[in-house]
Formats: sequence, C-alpha cells, structure tokens
Amino acid sequence: MSELTALTLKAALGGLKDKSFSAVEITEAHVQAVEAARALNAFVLETPEKALEMAKASDARRASGNAGPLEGAPLGIKDLFCTEGVRSTAGSKILGDFTPTYESTVTANLWRDGAVMLGKLNMDEFAMGSSNETSAFGPVVNPWRAEGGNAQLTPGGSSGGSAAAVAAELCLGATATDTGGSIRQPASFTGTVGIKPTYGRCSRWGTVAFASSLDQAGPMARTVEDAAILLTSMAGHDPKDSTSLPVETPDFASFVGRSVKGLRVGVPKEYRVDSMPAEIDALWEQGIAWLKEAGCEIVEVSLPHTKYALPAYYIVAPAEASSNLARYDGMRFGLRVEGGTLTDTYEKSRAAGFGDEVKRRILIGTYVLSAGYYDAYYLKALKVRRRIADDFDQAFQKVDALLTPTAPSAAFQLGDRSDDPVAMYLNDIFTVTVNLAGLPGISVPAGLDAAGLPLGLQLIGRALDEGTLFSLSGALEKAADFRAKPKKWW
Amino acid sequence: MAIDAATVRKVARLARIAEPDDRIEQLAKELNGIMTWIEQLGEVDTDGVEPMASAVQTPLPMRDDVVTEGGDPEKVLSNAPRRAGDFYVVPKVVE
Repeated sequence: MSELTALTLKAALGGLKDKSFSAVEITEAHVQAVEAARALNAFVLETPEKALEMAKASDARRASGNAGPLEGAPLGIKDLFCTEGVRSTAGSKILGDFTPTYESTVTANLWRDGAVMLGKLNMDEFAMGSSNETSAFGPVVNPWRAEGGNAQLTPGGSSGGSAAAVAAELCLGATATDTGGSIRQPASFTGTVGIKPTYGRCSRWGTVAFASSLDQAGPMARTVEDAAILLTSMAGHDPKDSTSLPVETPDFASFVGRSVKGLRVGVPKEYRVDSMPAEIDALWEQGIAWLKEAGCEIVEVSLPHTKYALPAYYIVAPAEASSNLARYDGMRFGLRVEGGTLTDTYEKSRAAGFGDEVKRRILIGTYVLSAGYYDAYYLKALKVRRRIADDFDQAFQKVDALLTPTAPSAAFQLGDRSDDPVAMYLNDIFTVTVNLAGLPGISVPAGLDAAGLPLGLQLIGRALDEGTLFSLSGALEKAADFRAKPKKWW
Repeated sequence: MAIDAATVRKVARLARIAEPDDRIEQLAKELNGIMTWIEQLGEVDTDGVEPMASAVQTPLPMRDDVVTEGGDPEKVLSNAPRRAGDFYVVPKVVE
C-alpha cells in the first residue's frame, strides 16, 4: 500500500471521503512505512496501536456522517507537544518517562478534526538546536543524500524528526514548533513546506516551553495547500494561553491558488550576506523572477538591524529558557538523582538530565539576568528587539510580504558544526528576525543545489496575514514545480 | 567583560546545575565565545527605545479568580519520582 503514503494530505482526505480507502488502510500503510524507516531515527516513540484505534474510531465517525476536516489523516507529532497517556520527552532525558495527564491544545484540535497519531517525533533537546544533534535520542538522519554520496546529513532542527518524517513519506503531515527557525530551516533542508504562523495564532498550552515570547507551533507538509489545511485545524483562540490571540481562524487553504497579481513583495538588501553560497543567491533571484512573472511588483527594502537579530535572540531566548527550565528540579516529575541535601538533589538531577547545549543556554540566560548584567544585556536585547520589529513595520508600509532565502546553506553533514556553538547559531540568520517580531514566515522548496539537495525560499508576512503568504507561496510552488524526492535508501 | 572560572561556578550554582571541575574551563571558553559575539549589540543606538518583551500588543486578558479544574490528586501525582499517599516525597529541607 505504499502508494497511500505518497499521497498529499489533500488527496488522501479526498480518497477517504469518497471511500477509495479507509482510515484503517491508510494508517496501516503509514505504520508500515514508519517501521521500515527506523534508520532515519525520526520517531522517538511509535504508537501503532493507538494509531489503529484512532483510525477505527475515525472510520466509525465517517460511517455515522460525522467526519471532521482531517478525518482519518495519519500525522506525526513533535515530541514537544504533550499527549495524554503517551510519553512526552521534549528530546530530553530530564523528562524521563513523563506521561502527561492532559493533551496540548494544538494536538487536541487535530484530534477534534479527526486526525490520527502515528507517534512522537524526534527533535533537538527542548527545541534548542539547528541540526537535531542535541536530542537525547540521537540525531535524525535526513532522507536526502548528496548525489553520489552516502554521508549522513542533518535534517535541520529543531523540528528535524517532523521534517524527515514528512519528506520520507512516513506521515501526511506533522506538527512542529519554531522559536528561531525550527520549522523553516528543517523544511528548507528536506524539501518540505513549513510555516511559523503569527505569534499567538496557535495556543502554546500543553507545548513544552522553551522561550515563551518566541515559541510558536506550526505544520510541516509536502505542499503549501497541505500546510494550509493543517494550520487551519491547529490554530484558534485558547483561553488557557493568555497570549493566544482572540481572532477568527480563516480557511487558509482558500488562499492557495489565488492570484498574486499586483502584490508588492519586498527584497531586504541586508539579507545578502557575504558568506552566502552563490547557488542560494541565484535561487533567490529565480524566486524574484517567478513572482514578477506571476504579476508581483518587486521592491527593494531595508531592514537595517537584521545583523543584530541573532545576538539579541541569544540573550532573549536563553533568558526565557533559564526561567522556563527552572521547573525541572526532580521533585514533581521527571528525572531525580538523589543527593545529600535538597540543593544537591536539584544540582545533580539537572546535571544528569540536561544535555550540553541546554546547559549552555541555561547558564547564558542565568548570567544575562543576574544582578549587574540585567540592564546591560537583557534590557539592551529587548530594545534591539523593538528596533528589529520597527524595521518590519516600516517595510510593511511599502510592501505586502518579503522574500528571502530560508537558510544560508543546504543540509550539512551530521557532526560538521557541532563543536562551534556560534557557527551552529548562524543557521537561523534569515529566520530568527521573524520570531523576534512575532510575524508569520513560510519556507517553500524552490530548487536543488549542485549536489542535488533541496533549498527553500522564505516569505515573511504582516502579523495575522498568513493568507497572503499562502497565496504567494502557492505561486512560488507552482512556478518552481518542485517534484524531487529523496531516493529511498532506508 | 570576561567570564572566568569563578563566574561560571557562580552562575552554575544560581542555575542549580552541578558542573564538575574539569568542565569549568571549557565552559568559560564557550560562554566567552558566545558573549563576545553578542557584544556587537552595543553598536545599536537604543536611546529612548521602549523594551519589547512580547510581540502581542494587546493587554493580557483577566479572568475570574475561580477554580476551573482540579481536585484530581492522582493525575497531579502520577509522574512523581517519589510519593507517599497524596504527597510528593522530597529531600529533607529543615533540620
């Protein structure tokens, strides 16, 4: 039944609706694909029994005429989302066998709409990483390989499991989260579509917190339309998250395929960084040409504080993380390593439970918030953040959206950048600005590099204007006609 | 600014993370590398700029101060590393 796993979400929903196949059949096909792809290490927990149970219930709902918008669609869930009765680890040892007694709002919305869970997807520990190498479960391997090579490549991070599972056709779509680029960079590295919506579109309730003012959930999928269908289900106001926006969720899929004629698209000159490979620059030019052909007006804009976004992020995000991760103290849940005193127990539990990158960020966060440094670092970073957001406000007075590359490189080899934290952080140079400003950003696969690896282009929109992004990225997708798939080696 | 071994020890203590002595120098080096790279923020003129702590511009909503859910100690305690009845068991705090 491998043809069922190759369907788009849209086509699968159509097939389920006209009874070409059942939810149980398409779920079984995906369960088999997941089992056969363990070499990718995309899943940290497979839940085939739960999947089949959910699929049976889905078929029953459809038979009784109560089919939801995602009825019977098998999905993968990033292990940052708490799932009731199913171990949730955030890619960390410190959560141990933590089994939530509640369901995150985003996943609850998916189940409400009829989706089926295949299992929990691997990720960088607490979503801190750009290569999936900080996961306590070992890195995910990108299903893509360079032509003629068999080196193992990173799928990107932190949503590397989500990206690899979608690219390898292990699920019809996946949930992911993005704090500095963790949806868009993996999408670019795996030839998939990923959108980080406007901050506040998706509830953060029940999603393990990394940096609360930046974290936002979003979908990963194989087409722009599939991503739009998933986001429509995931989003929505939730009183349990005080930063969830009290706004209606539009039918995002209705924006895909709309004419983009007359839209003004900005090209920020500061994104032309020196170290960028010529191929990425060329792809960007190609994207500009495609949007022009589709009737867009291209406008050069300036976002002067772009280069300060990453350093500001590496104060804001660790500061928030050091506070959020204080809850992992070994008392109420997760790992406890007994020590002689209470403090000793805290220190030993946290030393044993957190990985090196998470510890580094907690230490930086603690440092920049500590007495004597708060104003110089934390407050300064919040002011720079304001200037970055103001840059976007200025630009959006002139344009409807911005077009940039998603990442400064294609997927790189596992192990290549793991001993230099700052080199790793530079992966997010084009994506992190959007998190600081709270804006929506989407990555669309647009081409292959000389080694045959996928590259993505990013579109950035005004707050709550995901609709325009779906129209524009639909136009890019159509023009790029990206059909390449990874050659199956797993 | 330089993060020395004593600063690393102090910050690790504040963060309640036991760092063995043989990790301190390496950590100081790594944190210095990151903080030196962050220093470039000093170039940005931020005089009179309002700090931005959140991308949400509307005020946080208020709700009635009432119990919404609760009364389920089994759910609350189900992940406890150690428990006794309806209580968490923690190391002795008061001598």
